[in-house]
Amino acid sequence: MPTVNPNLAGRVYPASQPYLVGREKIREFAHALGETSPLCLQVEAARAAGYPDVVAPATFPTVLTLRIVQQVISDPDSGLDWDRVVHGEEKYAYHQPICAGDELQVITTVESVRVVAGNALVTLRGQICTTDGQPRVSATSMLVVRAPQEVTA
Amino acid sequence: MTTSSPTYSSVKVGDILPSVQAQVCRADLVRYAGASGDFNPIHWNPRHATAVGLPDVIAHGMLSMGMASRVLTAWLGDPGAIVEFGVRFTNPVVVPDDEQGATVTFGGSVAAKLDDQQVRLTLTATCGEAKILGAAKAIVRLPA
Repeated sequence: MPTVNPNLAGRVYPASQPYLVGREKIREFAHALGETSPLCLQVEAARAAGYPDVVAPATFPTVLTLRIVQQVISDPDSGLDWDRVVHGEEKYAYHQPICAGDELQVITTVESVRVVAGNALVTLRGQICTTDGQPRVSATSMLVVRAPQEVTA
Repeated sequence: MTTSSPTYSSVKVGDILPSVQAQVCRADLVRYAGASGDFNPIHWNPRHATAVGLPDVIAHGMLSMGMASRVLTAWLGDPGAIVEFGVRFTNPVVVPDDEQGATVTFGGSVAAKLDDQQVRLTLTATCGEAKILGAAKAIVRLPA
């Protein structure tokens, strides 16, 4: 079984189901990081700073993109084996902060597939926009799919 | 919380950001799994972790990245001032099953002043001797 389907590169996955960002979800996520910024936790503080509602921590997009990564991996045609996938890199470019009340969708593109020393490096780009088309964040995830014969040291 | 937020005119290349130290216990991993939706058993089930060749349960890489972002918010005061943020996951944080867990230290410094009131920051994350994040950097926009 191949580690990855090389023809995966360039594939675009259709927009995900709309995700409504909840105030309590942002608070729950912030608490899980130990984030204490009032802008992430208190509506009044966020509004005083000019935001419509509490602001999501910088890595909150993972709540949306993780589902997409799982979707790509579970695509039988991807050739990917979840048990061999390691998260290599993550990068975000922010257009507008995600706030509670945003309804978001992700369009995912497989940006590249490379094989380095028997490991496959799969780079996914998720464009996160509101359902009315306002860009929020571009998320780039690089996954390392370890070679099947690799023995852990 | 910061009492005096940085401004573009006042920061200098080489300025050190206040560091953040985090204790990561098994309960923190379970909490993050629920908050993020990442229920991969290598982050909570020692039997599974050792079966795939890990020494023990490891923290989510995205939890480490998220805790690193606290260096940014503590300094900036505003999570919305972050323009770019990226990391490479270089070493796992092994989390023992005890009260203390693992201790991770996050730091940052000003690497460059860019146009448009933006600065580039270099971030660090260490657990014992191990660098857990590599090439960790952010671009943030500061008030004038």
